[in-house]
Amino acid sequence: MDSTRFRQEREVLRHGGRVRSGVAPLTLLIAVLLALFLLFVTLPVASLFLRISLEAFLRSLAEPVVLDALSLSLVTATVSTAIVVLFGTPLALVNARRDYPGRALVDTLTDLPIVLPPAVAGIALLMAFGRRGVVGQYLDVFGISIAFTTVAVVLAQVFVASPFYIRQARASFEAVDRLYEDAARTLGASPATVALRITIPLAWSGLVSGAILSFARALGEFGATIMFAGNFQGRTQTMPLAIYTTMQGDLDAAISLAIILVVISFAVIAAVKVVTRRRI
Amino acid sequence: MLSVHAVRRLRDFVLDVTLSVRCGETLVLVGENGAGKSTVLNLISGLLPPDRGEITLGERTLFSSGERIDVPAEHRSIGHLFQSYALFPHMTVSENVAFGLRCRKVTRPEVAFTVAKQLAAMHLSDLADVNVGRLSGGQRQRVALARALVLDPELLLLDEPLAAVDMRAQAAMRKELRDRIRNAGIPCIVVTHNLRDALELGDRLCLLEEGRVAADGTPEEVLGMRENGFIASFAGR
Repeated sequence: MDSTRFRQEREVLRHGGRVRSGVAPLTLLIAVLLALFLLFVTLPVASLFLRISLEAFLRSLAEPVVLDALSLSLVTATVSTAIVVLFGTPLALVNARRDYPGRALVDTLTDLPIVLPPAVAGIALLMAFGRRGVVGQYLDVFGISIAFTTVAVVLAQVFVASPFYIRQARASFEAVDRLYEDAARTLGASPATVALRITIPLAWSGLVSGAILSFARALGEFGATIMFAGNFQGRTQTMPLAIYTTMQGDLDAAISLAIILVVISFAVIAAVKVVTRRRI
Repeated sequence: MLSVHAVRRLRDFVLDVTLSVRCGETLVLVGENGAGKSTVLNLISGLLPPDRGEITLGERTLFSSGERIDVPAEHRSIGHLFQSYALFPHMTVSENVAFGLRCRKVTRPEVAFTVAKQLAAMHLSDLADVNVGRLSGGQRQRVALARALVLDPELLLLDEPLAAVDMRAQAAMRKELRDRIRNAGIPCIVVTHNLRDALELGDRLCLLEEGRVAADGTPEEVLGMRENGFIASFAGR
């Protein structure tokens, strides 16, 4: 390859062309790598669509296992995103604006679920909220059991998806110029008013894209859910779990569920792009 | 009447200022960059707490380390204009001007009426529904001033009020600004790097050097101190 490059350079020099020596082979190499990578990503996704006919897809959409998983997933992911936003927004705002002892620790802890393997999260949640868990044993006294219920699905999703929102929210809050907050205070705005009318609106696009990413992560949650919530159709069997289950018998249903998730994923990417482009 | 005695440890020196401004009087604060001019404004408006000292405005004590009083910025009723004006970018001109009134318990029709009156007085009525991102420097300055004055503040703090205004518009804006300050009849502190600002806006001139008041007097008196290096270059321009 070196010799061809050398020859090309000579060619360029002799013809007095522009100084682009060695660029062509490099560009070619990058193009090939890029094409291979794109193929590697798109081929499997495209295969989903190629492996099933439209009729089969529509037919499996009517199957209870698919419908149950779809509705359960949408409901739980929405609820867990709402919980993450509700708890995560004040936390992100405080950590972006206030310095207090232990802030670095709080930051590390909120990031923990990102690096924690989902299976670890699952067993950890079970050890905490399971019937004989650290907290679960006391809840059990009151007849409350969380593990293997829809509540467990939501908890697992909140656990794994919260960092995606909190990180993004914190970064967006930090990007808001403090001057606006100072100006608002001198105009008579209480700290709560400053947060609601200045900081949050100015960080809005970042907050929305963080929430969308968090929703997507909740929707795709598999490992922690299957360990902590189990795999019961209609109660804890979310779409990823249903794909895993139906794959062993009814492949069409599995593929249909997968296609729905692919469509949602594309919608998520598009939504994030649209929201982040419209920066104020 | 505003009277300030404030001490605060800054990165390079200890800021220790004592000054007072009467009602209807404008004090111009000059000094090198980093002498602590903007910090003095922040200490007065409550955005930054002094380490110790006492700040009183009229009958009210805004800060007192002795009596452990520290009125939060939102309750000081001080109009503070920032150098970059800090207009809220997600709001229109009239929303910016209405912001402070909405923070108080003012009814909606009253807010609309007061804002419209203020905008008219500041020649901003045509721009009421314009997003502030589209305004010129001079227009921004007027909106920022309108936003502060609509609340009838008891003190006005202006940080480089004309720095972002077009050179050609500065003279007219300066005259307008002086009239507004006079009409408000409240104490006013102006931080500036501009000799014309100092001469035309100021009743008194105060020179800050490394956090200390190095000179305080009429503009003529202070500008006469040619032995001072800063004054020599400031007045020489």
